[in-house]
Amino acid sequence: MNYEAVIGLEVHIQIKTHSKVFTRVGAGYGHEPNTLTDPVVLALPGTLPVMNKAALDAIIKAGLLLGCEIAAVCKWDRKQYFYPDSPKNYQISQYDQPICIGGFVEIELPGSARNVMGEHKNIPLTRIHLEEDVGKLNHHVIDSLVDYNRAGTPLMEIVSDPAMHTAEEAFAYLTSIRNTMIYGGISDCDMEKGQLRCDANISIRPVGETKLGTKVELKNLNSISFVRDGIAHEIKRQLAVVAAGGKLIQETRDYDGQTGTSQSLRSKEMAHDYRYFPDPDLMPVHVDVAWKNSLRDTCPELPFDKQRRFLSEYAVPYTITSVLIPERKLGDFFEAAAKLAGPGRAQAVGNWIANDFLRELGAGKIALAAAKITPAHLAALVQLVDAGTLLNAAAKEVFAEMFATGEAPAAIVARLGLTASATDAGELETWCRDAIAANPKALTEFKAGKDSAINAFKGPIMKAAKGKANPKLVDEALRRLLASL
Amino acid sequence: MSAPLYFQTIAGLSAQLAAGRISSVELTQSVIARTKVVEPRVHAFNSFDEPDALTQAAASDVRRAAGESRGPLDGIPVGLKDVIAVSGQPLTASSKMLANFVSPYDATATENLQRAGAVLHGRLNCDEFAMGSSTENSAFGPAHNPWDLTRTPGGSSGGSAAALASGAAIATLGSDTGGSIRQPAALCGLVGLKPTYGLISRYGLIAYASSLDQIGPFARTVEDAAIMLGAIAGHDPRDSTSFKTEIPDYRAELKNRRGPWKLGIPKEYFGAGLDPEVGAAVEKAIAFYKSLGCEIREVSLPHTQYCLDAYYVIATAEASSNLARYDGIRYGHRSKEAKNILDVYQHSRAEGFGDEVKRRIILGTYVLSSGFYDAYYLRAQKVRTLIRQDFLSAYREVDALVTPTSPIPAFKLGEKSADPLAMYLCDIYTIGVNLAGLPALSLPCGFTASGLPIGLQLIGQPFREADLLATAHAYEQAHDWSKRRPAL
Repeated sequence: MNYEAVIGLEVHIQIKTHSKVFTRVGAGYGHEPNTLTDPVVLALPGTLPVMNKAALDAIIKAGLLLGCEIAAVCKWDRKQYFYPDSPKNYQISQYDQPICIGGFVEIELPGSARNVMGEHKNIPLTRIHLEEDVGKLNHHVIDSLVDYNRAGTPLMEIVSDPAMHTAEEAFAYLTSIRNTMIYGGISDCDMEKGQLRCDANISIRPVGETKLGTKVELKNLNSISFVRDGIAHEIKRQLAVVAAGGKLIQETRDYDGQTGTSQSLRSKEMAHDYRYFPDPDLMPVHVDVAWKNSLRDTCPELPFDKQRRFLSEYAVPYTITSVLIPERKLGDFFEAAAKLAGPGRAQAVGNWIANDFLRELGAGKIALAAAKITPAHLAALVQLVDAGTLLNAAAKEVFAEMFATGEAPAAIVARLGLTASATDAGELETWCRDAIAANPKALTEFKAGKDSAINAFKGPIMKAAKGKANPKLVDEALRRLLASL
Repeated sequence: MSAPLYFQTIAGLSAQLAAGRISSVELTQSVIARTKVVEPRVHAFNSFDEPDALTQAAASDVRRAAGESRGPLDGIPVGLKDVIAVSGQPLTASSKMLANFVSPYDATATENLQRAGAVLHGRLNCDEFAMGSSTENSAFGPAHNPWDLTRTPGGSSGGSAAALASGAAIATLGSDTGGSIRQPAALCGLVGLKPTYGLISRYGLIAYASSLDQIGPFARTVEDAAIMLGAIAGHDPRDSTSFKTEIPDYRAELKNRRGPWKLGIPKEYFGAGLDPEVGAAVEKAIAFYKSLGCEIREVSLPHTQYCLDAYYVIATAEASSNLARYDGIRYGHRSKEAKNILDVYQHSRAEGFGDEVKRRIILGTYVLSSGFYDAYYLRAQKVRTLIRQDFLSAYREVDALVTPTSPIPAFKLGEKSADPLAMYLCDIYTIGVNLAGLPALSLPCGFTASGLPIGLQLIGQPFREADLLATAHAYEQAHDWSKRRPAL
């Protein structure tokens, strides 16, 4: 029998706000343990939560970006369980009335080759809700320590329908969500900092069956590639169990990305009863049309929409767009430079960014925002090359200077004397004549109609010019002379 | 001959302070001396910080001398129930769980009283986590009724009532979830006001049942209650359930709002279980209002019989959740027996909580459990809506309701402590008000033959405390019950 896998993902994303979701103390990562706390975070007797509007704004924006319906009322529930990372021993969350309902995530599957766009699909969402993050436990040999810095950080949970079938789809889904949330300024989605976390629900069923099989929840998938590997591993494990005549049980499993193995954490029988009920400390918040519209105005163009536009408007190759798109600011940089460079030069701009610019940034471990180079300077560089004023080899040198100093390319060219010499016409003609005379074979071939034979003359000319001849002028001079011969 | 300072009213004392006839230090010393005399018999306090009280009193005198007095409460000793946070002071909720907890922050009500210049003194005894009607659930032993030391002062804010009635404070704050201010006020011959839900910030009030809890004052007179209410009322951005509303000058309004009022007598509040002496006193009070020209009309609150059931589902459900934070991890009692995380929870909570608290946590956990939520919690919330509608439809005909506060006067300590249901019935006339979120007050309306105070309950309309206080004031002006003091 043929089986198919069915995958649903629960993605937790920390919302980037100045303060925590229910109190004014700051939110952040990498601070001394238990310094981002106050009486509310620590659940001291008598403290009360007050909603952070910025967190609600962010999740509504996320919902709008993903095409969700936004609920008219934002209502809060308590999810109750005892664990030391949860100061109140309940988590304020949303149970039966999530703030965002439905929606979808557009994904792109890998193409047949690196330079070929893959298939696009929409993965439907069930819901997105807002909740508070918990603290962090650090286990030691004889005891455990808890750090409440993370507790109370606004956290949204994006729940997909069980609508994915391969680990690749899950990988593409997570990548797309991450890009979208970064675009929206909703989160930095740094998995190493726990800003994006993912649990997967995985089951298998015979192809053609419509009912879902026994579901296994896979936890601790703490990098995007672990998500792909963990899901692939779990599908294989389930198929093996069934193939061996075994029966799958509903359970939660822990995936270890280092060893590529998983082990059972708990079975369904040990599942929590969270005793959800509406939080009496928080009033429901009404979300009106004006509020939603004001957030809609802040929504950026989605990554895939931008990619499609770059492909059609600027005619840049797919491979370049897939480099430019994931980081919104890089795409913006490209677009600004491409516009300044003028028609027909976008591809050159894209090439500079995808190759030289990113390589320099990576080598120096420099953030895009800290780069000294501006879109105007890059556009100017492309124009200089295009005009034949600057040779490619020299342009590379100019670019390195631009990157290091932030100077305009024209200034660098002047300073370093790199202008492709508007060489003395007579001198150029002498070099051309010498080159043609030295290579009668190429002359014969060219005369016989083989155009590319002209290139054979260029090497010696460049050598004579010590690399400073303008290739365009060399080409023109050669053709003029050859025609007269 | 005038009464000793510790038995006088805020209104009277503030006039003397303003006139320079007494100082706050003098007044505070009088209250402290009285506390030392009566406290061994009354046990109204969990703790008392004498130097701190005198420092505040001295600061008040300095302000006054500099012409910077903050109003009628400046320099007046006010006691707080031990569920309201005061920075640097113990906050125990009368529980072993928090026996050693010192609050690092102030409740909003605390800040408001400090801003008004009050001298905050003493942490007042109560039922553990405000659960009870007799103060017998206090982990530190019950408070005693100053009118008869063998009897309860009521609860849960029994210490707040007993301290005030015995002269160990000039006014106090309590909290009322099902009657915890009004019933002790009735049993101790005091004015006790439970404000509209949302009028007083709950920030810094240890939560028992969040949707029902409300801080309110105990005072010797309606005028004093009006002064106290004015100081603590108002919107607080730290409490999402606090309401944005105009706060009138409650004290000034006592004279401006003169009636006559249309008063409703809910027939369900005069049935079986009502002590005849209490009933007779309440009837007399009703007759008085009639003599003032008030229209008296019988009304019906048909869902009254479900109040107790709805209350014990909703309150325990919220309590089971609110008290989950007391786990021995970050603060509070931590069992020495604990060897692993489950032990920490189980032993710490088993050792830290008393029986009534455990009973309510178990009940509340049960009604929220998977499969029972709809049958209990959801249904109780629907009943709650009906109960509120009962009141609101009565208010289409009348301005306020008049009822007994407690069906019985102060009972003997130990009399009901073995029977939780009998204890729960003490709140039969007060619980509906909390479920409906309404303001209500209790004021003295007589004494039993054996000399125990009787309380009259006036129930008002949402955020119309000024009318409620004026209605009570009209009665008080014509009677001298409020002037009596226990012989102690």
